[in-house]
Amino acid sequence: MSVVAREHTAPGTDEPRFGRGARLWLYALGALVAVSAVRLITGADQLTSTGTLQAAIVAAIPIALAGLGGLWSERAGVVNIGLEGMMILGTLGAGYYTYYQGVWVGLAGAMLFGAIGGALHALATVVFAVDHIVSGVAINIIAAGVAAFLAEVFFAGLEGGGPTQSPSLDRPPEITVPGVSDAAAGIADNGWFVVSDLAAVVNALTEDLSVFTLLALMAIFGTGWLLWYTPFGLRLRSCGEAPYSAESLGVNVYRYKFIAVTLSGVFAGFGGCYLAVVASSGYANGLSGNRGYIGLAAMIFGNWRPGGLLAGSVLFGYSEGARLRGGGELVHALLLLLAIGLFGLAVWQLYRGFRISAALTGVVAAGVLWWFVATDSIPADFTEMTPYVATLLVLALASQRLRMPAADGLPYRRGGVG
Amino acid sequence: MSLGRRVLLGAAAPVLASVVAAIVTSVVLLGSGDSPVEFWQVVLSVPDARQFVNIVNVSAILYLSGLAAAIGFRMNLFNIGVEGQYRVATFAGAFFAGQAFLPGYLNTAAAIVVAMAAGAAWAGIAALLRVTRGVSEVISTIMLNAIALSLVAYLLREFGNREGQTIVTDQIQQSSWVPNFTLVPGEDTKVYGLVFLALVAGVAFAVVLSRTRFGFELRATGQSESAAVASGVNVRRMVVYAMLLSGAVAGLIGMPELFGASHAFGSTIQTGIGFTGIAVALLGRNRPIGIAIGALVFAYLAQQSSPLGIEADISPEIIAVTQGVVVLSVVIAYEVIRRYQVRLEQAQVADTLRRERAAGQEVSA
Repeated sequence: MSVVAREHTAPGTDEPRFGRGARLWLYALGALVAVSAVRLITGADQLTSTGTLQAAIVAAIPIALAGLGGLWSERAGVVNIGLEGMMILGTLGAGYYTYYQGVWVGLAGAMLFGAIGGALHALATVVFAVDHIVSGVAINIIAAGVAAFLAEVFFAGLEGGGPTQSPSLDRPPEITVPGVSDAAAGIADNGWFVVSDLAAVVNALTEDLSVFTLLALMAIFGTGWLLWYTPFGLRLRSCGEAPYSAESLGVNVYRYKFIAVTLSGVFAGFGGCYLAVVASSGYANGLSGNRGYIGLAAMIFGNWRPGGLLAGSVLFGYSEGARLRGGGELVHALLLLLAIGLFGLAVWQLYRGFRISAALTGVVAAGVLWWFVATDSIPADFTEMTPYVATLLVLALASQRLRMPAADGLPYRRGGVG
Repeated sequence: MSLGRRVLLGAAAPVLASVVAAIVTSVVLLGSGDSPVEFWQVVLSVPDARQFVNIVNVSAILYLSGLAAAIGFRMNLFNIGVEGQYRVATFAGAFFAGQAFLPGYLNTAAAIVVAMAAGAAWAGIAALLRVTRGVSEVISTIMLNAIALSLVAYLLREFGNREGQTIVTDQIQQSSWVPNFTLVPGEDTKVYGLVFLALVAGVAFAVVLSRTRFGFELRATGQSESAAVASGVNVRRMVVYAMLLSGAVAGLIGMPELFGASHAFGSTIQTGIGFTGIAVALLGRNRPIGIAIGALVFAYLAQQSSPLGIEADISPEIIAVTQGVVVLSVVIAYEVIRRYQVRLEQAQVADTLRRERAAGQEVSA
């Protein structure tokens, strides 16, 4: 039932807090250097073009928001597979309210719809102690049905709409930082090693940045502060680690879990809203496209932490953005990046003394490298798989070092045995 | 507890869930300005001969899908990937059968085995990731569903033939077709010959689960993993076996229609059967008979809702709401009833103890 098999999770402590932030920046810099090198070797300039990076951001944010929903829920000890359904409800709420009352009411509506899904999940798992996965699966079924039915009711008669999609919707305002973005664009065009790539990142973040993107980033960092630096956060996390101990200290575990799971729906709904009004131009059936699940995977990859889940989302978002902007050729260039990464991992495993794993990783890396050398492009059907394969690969490589909240997914009854 | 009370409690959950689902559906219909009365008139009307035959066909297919999910669920292994396994397996089976390596029914049998093997192999990826790398099967099977979609589309493009708007694999030779039989005299729609696969799989599931060591270990692992480990069950091996078995049964889902109607795998393959199977399994509490009832209910609802648009001007999508609410409310109802039962038993035990103590005191006095 747990999201990472329990036998692999030692009840040890979290990683030391010191230097984690610095290490994340170091990883990010390493990734940038690798991407830049691949860009120079393959000549695929689109790899770090502003357009690709912007597509990557737009693809990453909904995944990060779903992951943020998962973070809230699972930190309070409730596994939330229903994120996908809450996201679907969010796309519907955004479609309806944005059409009639504009972007901001649309965002509130999407969050409200998501919250309804979250509250339903909380009712089933917290109040009635139903298995978390079972409840989540049921919510996904209900949400897909409700959305498909109500979409026809809401949008079928509207001009530009239809039984499966809304008319095109207003977009949230966009921010451009004058001066900075132009300067960065100038440097990015030069094609210099690392420097231009960094400039492209700056340019992507300062030109036509959606307000919703900014809001999402604030939600992620705000969550980090709230959950790790306030008494409220400590109590909420204690419900996910040791609910009976929390209860003995006077924490109302039911209330915290209920709040957390409902908020989980709010963020998933926000993610749905982002999909409907930023990533595309309106509601459509099937718009969420498994992003709720990918968000959950990103959160697991990020070790149940806000910074980690953002990194995971950027990884998935980037592979999606590369596919959207550059198609088969760009994804083909990513193969080289993957090969380099795998070789690096093999060396690290060898250094740590895992000879068999290192050999296996090396063989896979050689296979990927051969694929890169032997072909020029990747068929469209395969590029569609990119985010999913990336999710599987990353989880397979990372899952051994992860530690989920100790009581995640376990039923809790007040006054039960600890 | 008396037998009457047990039966009453057993029936309470499904009845409660149906009532909740009916109320929620009606409320949603009212809220959207549709008429619940017309809805129930259409849905609860007696199915005509064609609908009746369709219900039999669809429920057999859903039963197989529900079984595939239930095998994993019984040991708390959440195989959400029945959809992908079914797709990969049906393609593999259809492609193999279309090559006509073997004559007649030998080809049919071999194709079914190929489909089961393909389904098992696809599920095996998730099993391997789980036991070697600790990746949750929930996430990996969902990812594998999406990958299966693209992979099969690619394979179909490479090895299929374009026919108008769709691409299909080679047609299966006529000698390998399984004849359909007439259930209702005078009706053109017929029951697929291979619906008996559902019956065989159901009986096999029941026997394996209750009469074999494997079945015992499966149930034990599901009910308490630590107890199972203590009694010598190799949980990792069980995860792999259960997943492979689940995938193999998922491979059967597409067979009745493949050999009875379509005779080839096309890009128009029905989607969502795997997900509906999960709901069916949950509705039937992962029991052989329960899943059969769940499959019947879902097939009935699906068939009865299709004329909704024409007869009552209501979108047939509403039925997905009914189905989903039934599933969620049934699991909640079972939990509520289980708690009630526990409390009843506790009261009974306390009562007996009190009486015994009273009798003891009388004796000593």
